Amino acid sequence: MKYALLIYDRPGTYEALSDDEREAVFGEYFAIAEAPGVVGGEQLQPVETATTVRVQDEQTLTTDGPFADTKEFFGGYYLLEADDLDAAIEMASRIPAARLGGSVEVRPVVER
Amino acid sequence: MTTARNRAIDRLRRDRTLAAKTRLLDVPEAVEQELDETTIPDERLELVFTCCHPALATEAQVALTLRTLGGLSTDEIARAFLVSPETMKRRLSRAKAKIKAAGIPFSVPPDHLLPERLAAVLAVVYLIFNEGYGGRVDLAAEAIRLGRVLAVLMPDEPEVHGLLALMLLHDARRQARFSGEDLVLLEDQDRSLWDATQIEQGRAALDRALALRGRGPHVLQAAIASLQVDERVDWPQIAALYGELVRLTGSPVAELNRAVAVAEAQGPEAALQIVDRLALDDYQYLHSTRAELLRRLGRVDEARTAYRRALELARTGPERRFLERRLAEV
Repeated sequence: MKYALLIYDRPGTYEALSDDEREAVFGEYFAIAEAPGVVGGEQLQPVETATTVRVQDEQTLTTDGPFADTKEFFGGYYLLEADDLDAAIEMASRIPAARLGGSVEVRPVVER
Repeated sequence: MTTARNRAIDRLRRDRTLAAKTRLLDVPEAVEQELDETTIPDERLELVFTCCHPALATEAQVALTLRTLGGLSTDEIARAFLVSPETMKRRLSRAKAKIKAAGIPFSVPPDHLLPERLAAVLAVVYLIFNEGYGGRVDLAAEAIRLGRVLAVLMPDEPEVHGLLALMLLHDARRQARFSGEDLVLLEDQDRSLWDATQIEQGRAALDRALALRGRGPHVLQAAIASLQVDERVDWPQIAALYGELVRLTGSPVAELNRAVAVAEAQGPEAALQIVDRLALDDYQYLHSTRAELLRRLGRVDEARTAYRRALELARTGPERRFLERRLAEV
């Protein structure tokens, strides 16, 4: 099955780390990207760069920032081929955000 | 040779479980279909772990387990948990849909996940047991039945036998726990109302757990329950076992129970010291225990205050009446 591992970061997490720690954490992210079963993924620019778009009465409305004020922000994702949810959970638990105050949402991908 | 054989078995098993899974879960949601109808007996273990998967909400785990392993009808489960049959039907179909869509495995977890996942299974069964007695559906009896099934399916797991023993020993005293509508404490219970056969079965299950070198939380609690039905209750031993349970689980409720045993073994003063260290202000039994200890120490006013606080928190009729009686007596 294919899963999306959606990574939610708590703001300020990486800024709070020392340079060495941050480098180690990024190293972990790169290692996961190379791990067997991981077939894709992207890291997003910080949430401050977000623009939210809505269309009402054929008018495009744009607002600065993410679509909702939440404690955690969507920071990136991996796509994972795994046998079952247990394997996906195991991979998700290796993602640094999960232990650094953020969380990882595991969602099966619709397969066509 | 062995490897090839194992691989063949693995593949067979995978094919079979996949087929079973499809059979079990590929039913139109409108059709009220039983998962267990099509399950052959040796797949019940896989089914247990699927139903009690932590990716499902606890209430869904409970409902699925009762439906598929306990064999209760959807209506019966709905009645037991005081929700409408439609709500329960939706809860069950949502859970089944998630199992399928999210790829919750239909398998026994690998060794490194097993302790945690087994604990989840036992928690579901114990939760069903604690949902209690007396309703139109006897969930305690149903939980014991599930416990027996698990003991057959996992004969080498001490905690499984420990849980079964715990439930049997507690349930053996059910007839004595109430006089009419009123709650009766252990020391005042009519022992002739205890179910001797069930106590024997509980102790046999405990012996199996101990023979398997079990020392987990359920085994410890079963050992305590067994000591409590002895002719002369060994309170120092019970206090020591609760101490071990506290070390294992860090549970303040276990520490409160240790205090109760210490009160019997060493007196109310030592027990009160333990109770007063606990941060359980919203817990009814903390206050009823404190009240009891204060009463024994002759600190009547403080005892009354503590009984009143317990009364504020008491939820059931029999508990309220019990506390009111006590309050009137001090």
